[in-house]
Amino acid sequence: MFLWKIAIMMKRDSFMKSVLILILKRWGASLITIFIISVIIFIGVELLPGDVAQTVLGQSATPETVEAFRKELKLDLPPHIRYGTWLNDFVHGNFGNSLANGRPVSELIGWRFANTLFLALSTAMIAIPLAVLLGMLAAFYRNTLFDKLISGTTLSFISFPEFFVAYILISLLSVKFNIFPSLAIIDKDMGFFSKIYAILLPSLTLTCVVTAHMMRQTRAAIINVLASAYIEMAEIKGIKRLRIIVHHAFPNSLSPVINVIAINLAYLIVGVVIVEVVFVYPGLGQLLVDSVAKRDLPVVQASGLIFSIAYIFLNLLADILSMLSNPKLRQTQI
Amino acid sequence: MLKLLRQSPLSARIGMGIVLLNCLVAVFAPLIVPYGETSVVGDVWESSSVKFYLGTDHLGRDLFTRMVYGGRNTIALAFITTALSFLAGSFLGFIAAVKGAWTDQLISRAIDIIMAFPTLIFALMILSVVGSSIPTLIFTIALLDSTRVYRLSRAVAMDIEVMEFVEAARLRGEGIWWIMRHEILPNAMPPLVAEFGLRFCFVFLFIASLSFLGLGLQPPLADWGGMVKENAGAITFGIYIPLIPAGAIAFLTVGVNLIVDWFLHLSSGLHE
Amino acid sequence: MNNLLEIKNLYIEGFYEERWHPIVRDISLDLKRGEVLGLIGESGAGKSTIGLAAMGYARQGCRLTSGSINLEGIELFDATEEDLRLVRGSKIAYVAQSAAASFNPSHRVIKQYAEAPVHHGLMNYKEAEKEGIEIYRRLFLPTPEKIGYRYPHELSGGQLQRAMVAMAMSCKPDIIVFDEPTTALDVTTQIEVLAAVKEITEKMNKAALYITHDLAVVAQVAHRIMVLRNGRLVEEGETRALIKKPKEKYTRELLNVRALREEKSITDRMDVILDIKDVAATYTGVETVLEDIDLILRRGRTVALVGESGSGKSTLAKVITGLLPAIHGSITFLGKELPSELKKRKKEDLRKMQMIYQMPDTALNPKQTVRKVIGRPLQFYFGIRGQKAEDRIKDLLRKIELDPDIYIDRLTTELSGGEKQRICIARALAAEPDLIICDEVTSALDQLVAEGILDLLQDLQNKTNMSYLFITHDLATVKAIADKIVIMLEGKIIEQGEKKEILAPPHHEYTDKLLASVPEMDPDWLDNLLDERASTFI
Repeated sequence: MFLWKIAIMMKRDSFMKSVLILILKRWGASLITIFIISVIIFIGVELLPGDVAQTVLGQSATPETVEAFRKELKLDLPPHIRYGTWLNDFVHGNFGNSLANGRPVSELIGWRFANTLFLALSTAMIAIPLAVLLGMLAAFYRNTLFDKLISGTTLSFISFPEFFVAYILISLLSVKFNIFPSLAIIDKDMGFFSKIYAILLPSLTLTCVVTAHMMRQTRAAIINVLASAYIEMAEIKGIKRLRIIVHHAFPNSLSPVINVIAINLAYLIVGVVIVEVVFVYPGLGQLLVDSVAKRDLPVVQASGLIFSIAYIFLNLLADILSMLSNPKLRQTQI
Repeated sequence: MLKLLRQSPLSARIGMGIVLLNCLVAVFAPLIVPYGETSVVGDVWESSSVKFYLGTDHLGRDLFTRMVYGGRNTIALAFITTALSFLAGSFLGFIAAVKGAWTDQLISRAIDIIMAFPTLIFALMILSVVGSSIPTLIFTIALLDSTRVYRLSRAVAMDIEVMEFVEAARLRGEGIWWIMRHEILPNAMPPLVAEFGLRFCFVFLFIASLSFLGLGLQPPLADWGGMVKENAGAITFGIYIPLIPAGAIAFLTVGVNLIVDWFLHLSSGLHE
Repeated sequence: MNNLLEIKNLYIEGFYEERWHPIVRDISLDLKRGEVLGLIGESGAGKSTIGLAAMGYARQGCRLTSGSINLEGIELFDATEEDLRLVRGSKIAYVAQSAAASFNPSHRVIKQYAEAPVHHGLMNYKEAEKEGIEIYRRLFLPTPEKIGYRYPHELSGGQLQRAMVAMAMSCKPDIIVFDEPTTALDVTTQIEVLAAVKEITEKMNKAALYITHDLAVVAQVAHRIMVLRNGRLVEEGETRALIKKPKEKYTRELLNVRALREEKSITDRMDVILDIKDVAATYTGVETVLEDIDLILRRGRTVALVGESGSGKSTLAKVITGLLPAIHGSITFLGKELPSELKKRKKEDLRKMQMIYQMPDTALNPKQTVRKVIGRPLQFYFGIRGQKAEDRIKDLLRKIELDPDIYIDRLTTELSGGEKQRICIARALAAEPDLIICDEVTSALDQLVAEGILDLLQDLQNKTNMSYLFITHDLATVKAIADKIVIMLEGKIIEQGEKKEILAPPHHEYTDKLLASVPEMDPDWLDNLLDERASTFI
């Protein structure tokens, strides 16, 4: 839908058409990447040394269970056919059955995926504006006490492992002052606000980490823009500082800042997995970690692929936004 | 070099102090510790005393001993992994930059694919297939990390490669190895050294995270990330034991980052 | 009060190598209404710093230390930021060297024109727009009603520079500071901008500070000239008087560099070193950037390859060296046809053809010592090492007039621009070549330093009988050292011949334009040229 709107918007203009072509190319490249990733994930399981079934089930497995397991993984068919069926099933939301408890993977994943999205999105909604704002302020007031304080704090936060931040917040806010629950337990029947309350602490943890990374790079990107000759020119023209920032620095910072946001969404994805484990939050990340420990391959395959696809789409979105906000591409010929 | 050290700012000196302390502890671990790495010597979660400087862990092992060995294991693992990723990444990056054309395309596209995975997810998937052991950990993380090193060293080498002194060497008829060794490498060193610090932090945190998730170094080997996980339950009882290894991780990474910041500042030529 | 601008005993310091150094020392100047003052000097003379200081502006890492800057009765030296802001743009405006970098890429050109008058409260946007179009017309910009509505990257370099001159005029300031406004432009484009500057200073009667390193350019526009060196005043005087009768030696040196050198005797019997036949090349595989190139170079001679940016002259050097394989034609070097690709050429052929570059900063590895830079070709081509190499390196250093004992162990970063270029020459000499390709070797250097390099090259040629292929956009250099001139335009050779033939009429139409565009050390030159062009257009 989104792309279609852009397409309509741009039909008027031939220059914009070339932007559209660029976007479509990136879109195509992303699809190819997803395809290759799915092949890699599939082959990865294939490469399992020795007999998969035997290895996974261990030496004590009876021949019957091993045979059943082989059928489960459709190991009796040639690889390309198995890949075809696997991909086809995946696209139709059929991810096979869990090896650990025999339940359909889709059933396990569905609700948890929504939970993870909920956590990640609510974090992103706080972290992105906060990071951009702090980064801009630090850049404009660079080398002041404020800048040094912010830069020092963020340097510490990027050096901390996520779980350190998490446990500090837990020991302060839930053990010592008992404001928030130390575990983020939610279920399907909870209302929106009690859900928000439950995820406050994990979300805060993630925000700290993601904001720190994003803020530092935003600051650097804006300082880079502020060093341009046209900013000096505006100063020499006698333009007010606020106007220079809003009118001259901001439009040109947009593209690099969007790039920074995109790069740092990676930290969000990694962070989400760990934070979910710390707070025993029923999300996709925790499921993935559990399944890796149990070597529950269908679940690992499916959730890994979902994470990767989400990541690629985030990057694609950021790329397109950054492309559209690049002044040289945005402009049209008269 | 000495002059440079003498001029270093306080923050960098603190960083160097931290790194040095950690290295010394890691190297001389067996001489420092009072107990064995895995021996159970007391009750569960005893508080700190003259007998147990930092108390005991969830199985009654001396936490101080575990901390020292954990540091040794984690730092060594992270260092080896970073070194490996650097060798591979910068080598491929230089080759791609100097050779260009299809060599560059081939390597770059392959790296793009690996980078299209979120790192942790990729590592988890590999570990789920091959299982967690020290060599797999090293190779998996080095593989993931070398993609970042590749990107940087390729970009740095490309910037150097367009310089006329490289063209002059080509026109002289120099071979690719000579150009890489004598023209590009010496000029690429400053950014690469800074990057080594950053990558070490990243690898170190990554290993800690994997161990925390129970997929890194396997017990009974001590490592800081794993120790956080093992003792995580204590925190709800108001016992702050997991904060000690977690804090140690943070402490070392802050130290390295302080040095890296100073180094970046130096090599960017900003002397404000 | 008579003077618009009075600067008295100005001192400015810059921060580098961890401390403050004086960069402008005791400069005083004044400027009357309608007067143009030229500030001239080589790099490091402090001329741009003075120009900005006239607006009370100091760049990052610089500070105004003492003195007084009086602009129409307002003291700028210790004025508040807000007071400075009110003056800047409205009473005094600035035209920078690089218009491409000084325009904000995000906004249309006319919007940036209108910004200053609107925000200084002089007029509304509609009025500013109207005036903008008018001034674009006066500065000879094509389609003045439309051109302002484009984005900066959609204008050519010369157009953008004129749009910036227009932008400086937007608040009708009394003084305009021109900071090397034509340095980045080709000679034929330079004329357009100079004409615009003339229009403003003469017809609109604005006062101006005109900063440049080129005496011939400043002679066209300035009434008075101040010669600066290392932040100090060398000499000041009326333009005509200063050019006719310079008092100081330094000024005389700046004036003298354009003297023509003696002709060498020409004999066609000298053997052919390089013979290029019907060469064509392409970067993309679709468009050709070079076509139908035929060129002959004989032993002991210098062929100058002249053209403006984009003419393909540097590309031709790439084709000759094999960096960009020709798609067509042949290159014969010392009687043998060379393979078009660099990789397929023999070491011996590579040795005999050496290259010297435009930017000595990037042509030398910053991590290497002089010893390694010069020693490597000795080792690589001749296998000379140890004491023998040491002697040979010292010998080469003496040849390029640098003291071996001082320079041999220096890192290349510890050398000045001129010294670096000499080391590049020594590196080429070490290979004992028959041909040296010189790619704009003097254009990144200060005038006097460049002169020294040209002298050295000439001297070496007399001693060793090497041939030079000299690529340049600077016709003054060509006049100075070439035996034969080849003029290129859009990837083709449009005219070639002995220097005398080319410089004497009749010329090819483009050669004529090119030659006519080179400023001469005559204050009336620009006026005459513009009159002449105006009459031919009508």
